[in-house]
Amino acid sequence: MKYPKEPVNLPPSYRGRPTIHPCAAEIIEECAAHCPQNAINAHTGSIDLGRCLFCGLCEQISAGKFVTFSQDFGLSCAERDQLITTGDLPELARHSKKHFKKLFGRSLQLRQVCAGGCNSCEADINVLATPAYDLSRFGIAYVASPRHADGIHVTGPVTRNMRTALLTAFEAVPAPRVVIASGACAISGGPFFGSNEVSAGLDSIIPVDLYIPGCPPHPLTTLHALLNFFK
Amino acid sequence: MANLMPINHGQAVPRADLPIFEFDQLRESLLEISRYGYIVQFFGYEDDGELFVLAVMRLEDQLLAGCAKLPASYPALTIKQPKFNLFERELAEQFGIKPLGHPWLKMVRYQPNQRNVPDVFGNDYREDIPGRYPYFKVEGEEVHEVAVGPIHAGIIEPGHFRFQCIGERVLHLEISHGYQHRGVEQLLIKASQQRQPFIVENIAGDTTLANSISYSQAIEALGGLTVSQEAMTIRTIALELERLANHVGDLGAMSGDVAFTPPAAFCGRMRGEFLNLLLLLSGNRFGKGLIRPGGAAFPSGSRELTAIKAKLHELRPEVEHCIELLLTAHTVLSRFERCGIVSREAANGLGLVGPVGRASWQPYDARQDFPNERYADLPPCPWEHPTGDVLARARIRAAEISHSFDILNILLADGGKTAAQLPEIHKLTPSAMVVTINEAWRGELSHCLLTDTNGRIIRYKVKDPSFHNWSGLEIALRDEEISDFPINNKSFNLSYCGMDL
Repeated sequence: MKYPKEPVNLPPSYRGRPTIHPCAAEIIEECAAHCPQNAINAHTGSIDLGRCLFCGLCEQISAGKFVTFSQDFGLSCAERDQLITTGDLPELARHSKKHFKKLFGRSLQLRQVCAGGCNSCEADINVLATPAYDLSRFGIAYVASPRHADGIHVTGPVTRNMRTALLTAFEAVPAPRVVIASGACAISGGPFFGSNEVSAGLDSIIPVDLYIPGCPPHPLTTLHALLNFFK
Repeated sequence: MANLMPINHGQAVPRADLPIFEFDQLRESLLEISRYGYIVQFFGYEDDGELFVLAVMRLEDQLLAGCAKLPASYPALTIKQPKFNLFERELAEQFGIKPLGHPWLKMVRYQPNQRNVPDVFGNDYREDIPGRYPYFKVEGEEVHEVAVGPIHAGIIEPGHFRFQCIGERVLHLEISHGYQHRGVEQLLIKASQQRQPFIVENIAGDTTLANSISYSQAIEALGGLTVSQEAMTIRTIALELERLANHVGDLGAMSGDVAFTPPAAFCGRMRGEFLNLLLLLSGNRFGKGLIRPGGAAFPSGSRELTAIKAKLHELRPEVEHCIELLLTAHTVLSRFERCGIVSREAANGLGLVGPVGRASWQPYDARQDFPNERYADLPPCPWEHPTGDVLARARIRAAEISHSFDILNILLADGGKTAAQLPEIHKLTPSAMVVTINEAWRGELSHCLLTDTNGRIIRYKVKDPSFHNWSGLEIALRDEEISDFPINNKSFNLSYCGMDL
């Protein structure tokens, strides 16, 4: 894969950044009523990509009148409220904290912590180590010890039973450190919202620097986020 | 002795027809049946303020069901029949019922019981889980303990492994779960029907399709829905693609664990190709969103099926060549052979299922014994008498990969066209029960739903194949070198989130 030097095209079936079209209020209301994640705000016509599972139901229900999903996999944001979108997302590269680029731009070591993930987020992070993506060519690696890491990359809705282990791992990472919330679960509780066994998202527990949406995020979404935020 | 009622999988049964026995009677029957039969479901449920247990047993190709009112405690079935071990511990954890004399009454997921009665394990759930549990300990001058997890070295799910070792030799392995517990069963009751498929799909992401098929079949049975042959074809194709992706990925991971890197790299790439075929069908690499009660959510037809056919045609020789490379390399064979043997007796006694069970002389395959979707029309997966070791578990995966390619060819030749389907809210049969059984890639997956007089779901029980198989991994490690733990673990590759729910 030559990305990012050359663009990659994902198939039309892939649902990336939603494009929102002007349409009648009733159509948006119907989409909002059917959204299993309550991710659509009928008043503002916005979609919360931190809750969205990219199931495509709103596109189906509105027959593409309210929303169509593009193949743009660059979905990540530095602030939680930037994920609530009417179609546009701020350019991640310009919103990242400058000192992160200086500190970690040439070498980034991350400790991944699965805190209740269904394993699909983890699987699609592992894919980055396969020869197709070959993450190490960018000087980015996932390491075993939090002591060797520059930050944690968290998946899952942070279950009650993983909270302590997660915090222990986080505290073991030497400062300055970054925190990445990856997937709908880590951002908002995902499909498990409302269960008293999970949190409302990682940022209800520790401050988050980078949000990577998806269920799970496509490997390219993660790669795009890491390259734009840190490089 | 109580006569349990024969039922069919995937068919709604009026709950009034289910026999309710005295608990002692049911207990006797279950012990008798489980001498030759196996547990599909054994769980508690509350109805009108009273607590019952429902058992569904599998005896050859028959399913037998029965209920009993639960006493506050009872003599544990596990003493006589180890197959009940985790089921009884789960019942104790979820409802505070004590199985007296249970040889190792340990929590399953670390959650307070649903009835607010005193905790069977003496836990205070305001405290965090780690370190509060006395692991089985071997004592002696040279014995040492190795603790691993909940966070592991790689990018994988959390769980805790506690090894008792003498030198390199593992005397005993004990595994603790619960870190992934998200409260799935209770959330499924609380959540609206439109949320349910999304929760079910995320029980275990690598088993998305088997779980969404199991859920859909249950709602179809309770809602009186019919599914077209074409939709069943698409669903079966998707389930087999899920199997292929996981089996191919796991063989690669096993290869990587014995430092034989070429197949590890090839398999990693090819696993992704199968996931991309699911992306083609559903827009998601894990097939999330594809299967819904009544059929499939996304349209598919000759364009998709032709593309899948072409890709599989290209991939098959590559996959088979790679497996040949793996399973003929002397260095690999010397690590896989006679490593982590689970005997026929142990596998039978624990009720192991799926490829892990089949590698230890348990031929049960739900696709043959309880066929649904398109499986009745498809040839069975050939099964040869195995050796119970890591090699057997790898060979079974290899045989299943070839079989999946074969049956996918048949299904793709049949074709199938499904229209887009918008979600509907289905009215469910009141006072009914349904149990669904599917052969997920790890083995028998079963969902069981009970409705009340208003057709509302009052109990949603999920049983992942890993619930049976984790104890198999513990047994496989006995007397092995601790350095062989990774290949044994990969040869099982069990689900933490499927177990923890």
